[in-house]
Amino acid sequence: MTETIENLRDFNYYQLSKAVNNTIVLAEYIWIDGTGESLRSKTKVYQTPIKTLEDLEWWTYDGSSTDQAVTRFSEIYLKPVRVIKDPFRGDPHILVLCETYLPDKKTPARYNFRWIANQIMEKAKDHKPWFGIEQEYFLLKRTGTTHLWPLGWPTGGFPYPQGRYYCSIGERNNFGRALAEAHLRACLNAGIKIAGLNAEVAPSQWEFQIGIAEGIEIGDHMWLARYILERIGEEFGIDINYDPKPILGDWNGSGAHCNYSTLTTRSEGGYRYIVDKLMPILKENHLEMIKLYGQKNELRLTGRHETGKYDQFSWGDGSRGCSVRVPIITKEQGQGYFEDRRPAANIDPYLVSAALVDVTCLNGEHLKQLNQIFEDSLKPLGQQIFQQQKEQFQQQTQ
Amino acid sequence: MTETIENLRDFNYFKLNTNTHVLVEYIWIDGTGERLRSKTKVYDTPIKSLDDVEWWTFDGSSTDQAITKFSEIFLKPVCMVRDPFRGDPHKFVLCETYKPDRKTPARFNFRWIAEKIMQEASESDPWFGIEQEYFMLKRTGTTHLWPLGWPVGGFPYPQGRYYCSIGERNNFGRALSEAHQRACLCAGLKLSGINSEVAPSQWEFQIGIARGIEAGDHLWLARYILERLGEEFGIDINYDPKPIQGDWNGTGAHCNFSTTTTREQGGYEYIKEFMLPLLEKNHQKMMLLYGLNNEARLTGKHETGEYNQFSWGDGSRGCSIRVPIITKELGKGYLEDRRPAANMDPYLVCSALVDATCMNGKYLMTLIEQFAESLKQL
Repeated sequence: MTETIENLRDFNYYQLSKAVNNTIVLAEYIWIDGTGESLRSKTKVYQTPIKTLEDLEWWTYDGSSTDQAVTRFSEIYLKPVRVIKDPFRGDPHILVLCETYLPDKKTPARYNFRWIANQIMEKAKDHKPWFGIEQEYFLLKRTGTTHLWPLGWPTGGFPYPQGRYYCSIGERNNFGRALAEAHLRACLNAGIKIAGLNAEVAPSQWEFQIGIAEGIEIGDHMWLARYILERIGEEFGIDINYDPKPILGDWNGSGAHCNYSTLTTRSEGGYRYIVDKLMPILKENHLEMIKLYGQKNELRLTGRHETGKYDQFSWGDGSRGCSVRVPIITKEQGQGYFEDRRPAANIDPYLVSAALVDVTCLNGEHLKQLNQIFEDSLKPLGQQIFQQQKEQFQQQTQ
Repeated sequence: MTETIENLRDFNYFKLNTNTHVLVEYIWIDGTGERLRSKTKVYDTPIKSLDDVEWWTFDGSSTDQAITKFSEIFLKPVCMVRDPFRGDPHKFVLCETYKPDRKTPARFNFRWIAEKIMQEASESDPWFGIEQEYFMLKRTGTTHLWPLGWPVGGFPYPQGRYYCSIGERNNFGRALSEAHQRACLCAGLKLSGINSEVAPSQWEFQIGIARGIEAGDHLWLARYILERLGEEFGIDINYDPKPIQGDWNGTGAHCNFSTTTTREQGGYEYIKEFMLPLLEKNHQKMMLLYGLNNEARLTGKHETGEYNQFSWGDGSRGCSIRVPIITKELGKGYLEDRRPAANMDPYLVCSALVDATCMNGKYLMTLIEQFAESLKQL
């Protein structure tokens, strides 16, 4: 490496782009891949100024390389849905979040749930649903391809038990602040609605909060914040982990608690509305909703480590050991929000936010459909493609 | 690592401007009573004064200040300074902790009663100067800590050469102590000096002259800044009263103290005839508030007075209270209480001193009871 640096000593690639910043816009197209938990991206060079979403074209990519298509029908369309500043490349460059579609430009590709979340948010928009999501994650350090262990932990061993790490300071107890801080700055710079940051209960576990976001915004901002976090992880050589229970034993899992409110909960009588009407509704729909709250969440929701049990719904004022916590401040003021503590860190925020809105504002009309779509995405591709090909063949012969 | 750094070479995250937001770091004392915790809140409005900063809550069950079922603890902003790490306009806000009723102080919140005492005694205008000592330790693996600069698992030359030393031979960790001084001054804290101490890799900084409740606020914020810098340097900050057994100094937090009366003519006599007897009378009670495990430190050797015995002297360092030569010379001034350990809570120590000398010990039992309550398991 040193030799190549010497060859081009003092030659800074990034200064180059400054000279062409007036005429070129680099657009990073970002999408959710065929795992439903990871993001992918690629760059398109625009020679024209980009002022709004409309200036950006639909694009395509090789879906067979992201487990979203088979080789024979590999094209997947990227539909730009949200643009923000690119904090890495700086102005005027942009990050573009996209929805993925099959070649007919209408059928959503595997793991695109934004389209239905958007529909649900549109229908419920008079309720003005607000969200604040607390995304937790672990920082892992890699040695070789396969071995990952949390940052700051003795290699292959365990540090002191939990209790000392939550919001900690000091070399003794806090690992990875630089990365968390860099993420905060980058998100603010990009215009993401990030509301706060803290070290979490497990050592080298962190949390950032996205909010207050209304409707579809929450999913968009969450995914973009996750994108920025992974990119920063590259810089620091640190792996970002959203596994609900990455380390077995007396170590916290990672969640994505969803703070939620509507016009009704925020008005007078809101607290009683939450307790008397919404809690029973959530209890009734518990088993259906929990399926959308993250894979392998059962390992995390044990009833210990500040969680409620996986197959049991419970709630409490100010209690953290249950499914839903109604904050003391909501009770005090008689109105406000509640915290759904069930979602795991690896959720798709489009699914979770849509489910909450659907169940509390739209009578759960779409819950079955959400579950169906999610299960379809989980199926191996072969089955799906067979179904699509069969339908297309049937259409052609009619 | 090198490959990925090349990807974004010249990209400095910390230069990303945040003109549009104010990052407020809420800081509080946790359920050990000796450590601090903090978290960040992003404000999109300007923060001009403490009134612009809202009350907040945190998960008290994760800091040993509440149980899971009733885990919410309130943070009440009480002292705001500039954030020296993030720079303007970002802030540090020191907070008091309260249970959900917003009135009952949470475990290890003693500031509320210290403030009350300071207000009642405001006519006496108590001034403080606290000499916070600490050790710098280096970590190898999770469990093993040993002082910076000492041979691993072994001992350096005996004490005698290290106090205010210079040179690679005798001085360890100056960069951290200097960075701390700069950061505290930048934040606007009343830091008045630093020096390396008697034990190798032991340091001291002084907070003062601070009046009333300020002393506690500024000392806790200075401790916060020190720990955060320790992260940067990979150095562990240790306030144990006696971290290393043997012929090595313990770590104290001597409290220099004066009132209107001690500072005016006749002050020295007042100290001798009136204050010192009061302090002697309340010795056992006050010792309870002067730091846990202090008995290991106050042995009568290594420039300390004995734990169970009150003693004082003009210019003497081998006793409980030292009355500085300068106070005797001028006939007025201050005294130095050498009993408090490095791990003490300055709210308790300062208010105990004021209470014992200016208010006849009116609140001493309350302070002790509050402390004992906090020590109980949840």
